[in-house]
Amino acid sequence: MEALEILLSASFWIATIRIASPLIFATMGELLCERAGVLNLGIEGIMTAGAFAGWYTVYAGGDLWLGVAVAALTGMMFGLIHGFLTVPLGLSQHVTGIGTTLLATSITYFIYRVLLPQETSPPKIDPFAPLPIPFLSEIPLIGQALFAQTPLTYLAFILVGTIAWILNRTPAGTAIRAVGENPAAVESQGISVTLVRMSAVAVGSALMAVGGAFLTMSAFNSFFFEMINGRGWVCIALVVFGSWKPGKALLGAILFAAFDAYQVRLQSVVGNVVPYQVFLMMPYVLSILALIVMSRRAGYPKALMIPYLKGER
Amino acid sequence: MKNETIKKRSLHRRAFLKTMGASSTVLMAPNLIRPLMAMEKLNVAAIYTLPVEQQWISRIHKAAVFLQDQGMINYDFSENISNTDYERAMREFSEGDYDLIVGEVFGLEQASRQVAFDYPDKAYLMGSSFLPDDNSPQNFAVFDNYIQDASYLTGIIAGALTKSKIIGMVGGYPIPEVNRLMNAFKAGAHEMQPDIEFKVAFIGSWYDPPKAKETAFAQIDAGADVMYAERFGVSDAAQERGIPAIGNVIDTQPDYPDTVVASALWHFEPTLTAAVEAVKAGTFIADNYGVYSYMKHGGCSLAPLGTWEGKVPQEALDLVAQRESEIKAGSYTVTIDDNDPTTTG
Repeated sequence: MEALEILLSASFWIATIRIASPLIFATMGELLCERAGVLNLGIEGIMTAGAFAGWYTVYAGGDLWLGVAVAALTGMMFGLIHGFLTVPLGLSQHVTGIGTTLLATSITYFIYRVLLPQETSPPKIDPFAPLPIPFLSEIPLIGQALFAQTPLTYLAFILVGTIAWILNRTPAGTAIRAVGENPAAVESQGISVTLVRMSAVAVGSALMAVGGAFLTMSAFNSFFFEMINGRGWVCIALVVFGSWKPGKALLGAILFAAFDAYQVRLQSVVGNVVPYQVFLMMPYVLSILALIVMSRRAGYPKALMIPYLKGER
Repeated sequence: MKNETIKKRSLHRRAFLKTMGASSTVLMAPNLIRPLMAMEKLNVAAIYTLPVEQQWISRIHKAAVFLQDQGMINYDFSENISNTDYERAMREFSEGDYDLIVGEVFGLEQASRQVAFDYPDKAYLMGSSFLPDDNSPQNFAVFDNYIQDASYLTGIIAGALTKSKIIGMVGGYPIPEVNRLMNAFKAGAHEMQPDIEFKVAFIGSWYDPPKAKETAFAQIDAGADVMYAERFGVSDAAQERGIPAIGNVIDTQPDYPDTVVASALWHFEPTLTAAVEAVKAGTFIADNYGVYSYMKHGGCSLAPLGTWEGKVPQEALDLVAQRESEIKAGSYTVTIDDNDPTTTG
């Protein structure tokens, strides 16, 4: 009974949205890359780099929003590296992506150690504080969850709408979708496939980095090695779960976060009966099951992972 | 760059040894680890699987830096070495001019002992889940943070502070070095109120503060009004909700002055000093250095109450003082219980 009561508590839903926020940013970033036909496995490393860059900017005296901007720029830089190797050079997107993750992670750790050589406990910053929206935040159950979060969470939700609008309603979106489906057709219209793909990867990577920065600047207040802890890989799955559609991917992120918020609560209720590993596994197992159901009709971008070389037949 | 410094130092030492004629002492040693001249500094290398910020590792690092500042040792370290890369790092340091190599081999118990077999003239002091036996290399001693004495005392304080009689505990993984501290803490809390319930959760990671924080929030929502902060992130949740937390291994009160009441501190200095002296004397053997973490050896202590002075019930402090002297005198022993702690009640 207690296990079901959890679902009706406001704190559960607040936690769900909070856990979902970094996933939403990174999932939208990955979605943008993949819709343009580029798989970006650099996501895990780019999130790490973003988490560090944003946090350090604030620690060094910068404004919180400046931190977000620096994180985005850092992500963009790694995105351009990944993009350059996979788009004009047409290298394997898998291998390059893993390489980007390793590079971004290692460089981040290196810079951290160079900048903070003598730290015994990681320094803290004043993170984003919750910003309740008047009236809306007083709606029972969902009010607190949706309208009493930090500004970055609101930004994440706005982002989903923006990405959906850009992809479906603007010429730029048409170009992005087209290079992911049939790049040759785009080229025949006089639009550079390379430019569109590179831009999509750069912007997508910037979003991933902001997702990482959410962890150090909103969910928590300091940077730790390995703190991304596989969240990037979850986002890769969430894109598939969402059939490459922003709205569905958002749903997936919230669902995954809800499983996670649920399992940490359940551990304290029936943790004496079931081993804790089962709970930790729960979000992933349920996500895989959902993935199986959802992806049966998934329409993946036809040119995903296929490099486009101009003039090649 | 690392290799360069190693080479430089070995040249210096070689010149030094020649002039002192110390090389002959090799033959006098009972084992292959040669004793050093009293004035000579020991070269100590440490290999850590995580950054030196990590609580557990920070205590070893701190002790090594302390001994270095005391002029007892030269100290080099490598951090964030993954378990899969650890043996390579061990061998590299073993090839270098180091007398004592400190580290943690929880993820490569067998492989690390093989390294010790291959370098019988080096001394190894490793954090390990196993005690030395007849089959283990004679130059491979083990340690761990056996600070259950201090954890037990923090439990007494926590037990006196909880009003809801629910204490939340968030850990990384339920491994012996985590479990025995949690269990000692529980025993301490039950000294004050035998009907206290515990919410226990593990996050499956050593390093995910946002997740630890979420887990702590969940326990506080479920009624916990005192938190046992085994991981970074738990005290943050306690601070946001305005409830007390108990620290572990390091003193986190400066970071959370209104939240962290007491911490069970681990002091690695006695362990490392004992090992350094044994190596210097040529008596280093495969021993269990875990005992140097006991309170009676000064290996652990209760952090000062600091900002919480006067806010902890006196009867708890009386019991803490009584038990502390009993533990030091040897008349009271805190049980070492390595079983997985679970949610009760």
